[in-house]
Amino acid sequence: MKKNIFSKRYLKETFIEGGLLMAALFSVFITISIVIILAYESYGFFKAVPLKDFLTGTQWTPLFAEPRFGILPLVAGTLLTTLIALIVALPLGMLVAVYLSEYAPHKLREIIKPVLELLAAVPTVVYGYFALSFLTPILQKFLPDLSGFNALSPGIIMGIMIIPYVSSVSEDAMIAVPMHIREGSYAMGATKLQTAFKVVIPSAFSGIAAAFIIGISRAIGETMVVSIAAGGMPNLTINPLEAVQTLTAYIVQVSLGDVPHGTVEYKTIFAAGMTLFLMTLGFNLLGFWLRKRIREVY
Amino acid sequence: MNTTILTELKAEAKDLNFLYGQVHALKDINLPIERRKVTALIGPSGCGKTTFLRCFNRMHDLYPHNRYKGEIILYPDNVNIISPEIDPIEVRMQISMVFQKPNPFPKTIYENVAYGLRVRGTKKKQVIDERVEKSLRGAALWDEVKDRLHNLAFDLSGGQQQRLCIARALATDPRILLFDEPTSALDPIATSKIEELIIELKNEVTIIIVTHNMQQAARISDYTAFMYIGEIVEYDRTEKIFTAPSSKLTEDYITGRFG
Amino acid sequence: MQNTDIRKRIKAIRRWNGIFRIVGLLSTFVGLVLLFALMADLFTDGFPRLSYKFFASFPSRFPEEAGILSAWVGSCLVLLVTACAAIPLGVAAGVYLEEYARKNWLTDLIEINIANLAGVPSIVYGLLALGLFVYFFRFGESVLTGGLTLALLILPMVIMATREAIRAIPNSIREASYAVGATKWQTVKWHIIPYSTGGILTGIIIGLSRAIGETAPIITVGALTFIAFLPEPPISSDFPFISFKWLLDPFTVMPIQMFNWVSRPQKGFQLNAAAAGIVLMGMTLLMNGIAIYIRYKFRKKIKW
Repeated sequence: MKKNIFSKRYLKETFIEGGLLMAALFSVFITISIVIILAYESYGFFKAVPLKDFLTGTQWTPLFAEPRFGILPLVAGTLLTTLIALIVALPLGMLVAVYLSEYAPHKLREIIKPVLELLAAVPTVVYGYFALSFLTPILQKFLPDLSGFNALSPGIIMGIMIIPYVSSVSEDAMIAVPMHIREGSYAMGATKLQTAFKVVIPSAFSGIAAAFIIGISRAIGETMVVSIAAGGMPNLTINPLEAVQTLTAYIVQVSLGDVPHGTVEYKTIFAAGMTLFLMTLGFNLLGFWLRKRIREVY
Repeated sequence: MNTTILTELKAEAKDLNFLYGQVHALKDINLPIERRKVTALIGPSGCGKTTFLRCFNRMHDLYPHNRYKGEIILYPDNVNIISPEIDPIEVRMQISMVFQKPNPFPKTIYENVAYGLRVRGTKKKQVIDERVEKSLRGAALWDEVKDRLHNLAFDLSGGQQQRLCIARALATDPRILLFDEPTSALDPIATSKIEELIIELKNEVTIIIVTHNMQQAARISDYTAFMYIGEIVEYDRTEKIFTAPSSKLTEDYITGRFG
Repeated sequence: MQNTDIRKRIKAIRRWNGIFRIVGLLSTFVGLVLLFALMADLFTDGFPRLSYKFFASFPSRFPEEAGILSAWVGSCLVLLVTACAAIPLGVAAGVYLEEYARKNWLTDLIEINIANLAGVPSIVYGLLALGLFVYFFRFGESVLTGGLTLALLILPMVIMATREAIRAIPNSIREASYAVGATKWQTVKWHIIPYSTGGILTGIIIGLSRAIGETAPIITVGALTFIAFLPEPPISSDFPFISFKWLLDPFTVMPIQMFNWVSRPQKGFQLNAAAAGIVLMGMTLLMNGIAIYIRYKFRKKIKW
């Protein structure tokens, strides 16, 4: 009965465990590769363009004869469309989550959840088409100043697109609030509404915050909707009626063209990608930490 | 007065200690296990009886931060089955276990019983067929399921599921069978069937059973050990424990003064 | 407080409660209404363009002649590569994290890392693939590059779905298996994987449905927008009958074809874009439907 670590069985078990570990570690290699490639190409970029010009310049015209490399217009475009999306997604997502977790009958919830999740499954290029060819013309009827390409229409569509990300994580957090906490509130004579807003939402705060962060991260990284419907002009503005270009849309614009490998213009997309990666990384880590905290509370 | 006559031992715990991280769950346990007898472990909840039982087939090895000290000797091989040098998988192949709640696999009745054989690499259908029938008969379940061996085990009643789990444990000819409160999730009729079965089984296999039901221990066991806060307070023949316990603590427990 | 005051107050709270019930229901329907409007818009624009010829033609300079043959074939081939790469890797990683991993810094690192990867914008995967597959491994702008890029993208989804499905298996089943002397791998092979198949499959199909609609990373790795030929067929009549040349052929996929048409000003191409959108939505909805069905089916079969 002695354990023999050289027996066929032990070798096989060890070998399999090693293989599975490799698969799990592969995800770490992906992150490392992302960082290395972004850093390597960005390094080449920053040898040609001073970091100060990149961070503070107000013009982004890398493909012009006299190129300017100020990232601010792209960051502003990204933040503007993200903000519009959040103005739509956060309140709606919250209302949906409260309604589904506290009010909706079980049957209705079982039907609505998968259908809502379809919103996140629709290919983003389809949303882009919809923003450009359906929503923008409608909005132009109310807002005559709205240009054909603008930040508003893709922002709204993005907002609706990310509702399921916001609502499903918030709802999970609210459902995880134990029943006896709600009963404590009902026993005092509170209505569902009061219980939801005064007891359930505060108890599920970390989860709801995590949901918001996932939503923000999605909106920042969204590409096709803004590429199609927001336009292709870097524009340092806070006016949602004008055309803007986001970090992601810029990368698409360059990728579609014939920029030769190794040039500064080619490297700009990695500098833009690095900016994007760092912005989302911060939000992702914050979201992970918050979700981990919920799991520890209950 | 110690009346145990060590005629034939199947196993013996010697100065066994067990730690869950910093928690000292078992303290200097010494206990003989007689061959082909039923030994019952009784005591209030949290006294360590299940922890002790799970040492016999090294279930604690599945979770981190668990440490054994001391010995459990298996006879006649004379090996210490909790020594780190001993392969826990081989221990489990010889010492099977039946759990508190019936836990059949979501497979057919046949596949549930055949599982232990498949684990050992048995491939011959004829051999497996024979063993499945023998074990189901051994677990007094054959007549009830012989026509539906290929139905899902979940279709059986709770008591039948538990007997199926016993058949699964029997299929590989274990040398010791461990029962961890096997009837706690069952109704009285199913319970009495399992109890009869255990009494029959002891003709073939050594049995250790953890129970919180003192009447059950009195009905089916030959020897009883009373445990309290990780220690064995008293061990003796069952009649002796239930009629004339030598320790005041045992007497208080079996007369229902605490527990 | 007077009795009547309390009654008044209760009435007011009740009213708010009722109002919220309606507001909540309406908010829930905003998304659904939009989804419906989107489908209706696609159908009114694109439906007349759907014909056999549309599926069987290559792209063209003339909108009426143009079709999606190279695009849907490309999508299928890319998806095949994605599935072959992402499924084994993702399931293996999920099994490792649930069944094997000890609680230590390495496991923590892997977990944080997967959570972060799930939130990395898809276009960043495109940049990774551009640097890694196109220029470092020199796979070029090929089906292989496209498939592997999407595999990296959906890997976190497959891992998380696998873990969730495995977590639903009660511990008593594992103990029952170990108690008769099974090894870890036997337990995984005979119990863990079979019992979590439903959940894993659901996750994989949802991941693949996301991959089929992804555009941005595929644009970044340089998929062409105008392809008037098909990749080498995988099966040939000559020895050795199976060919892998298609892996290195250039390609286009459905969403890129659609994007290409959307960005052209002529009305005819806009209609083509809508028609391609219908096909794309059809594929996505079909896959999601299958996933929901599988989840339902397995949930009925295994109840713990």
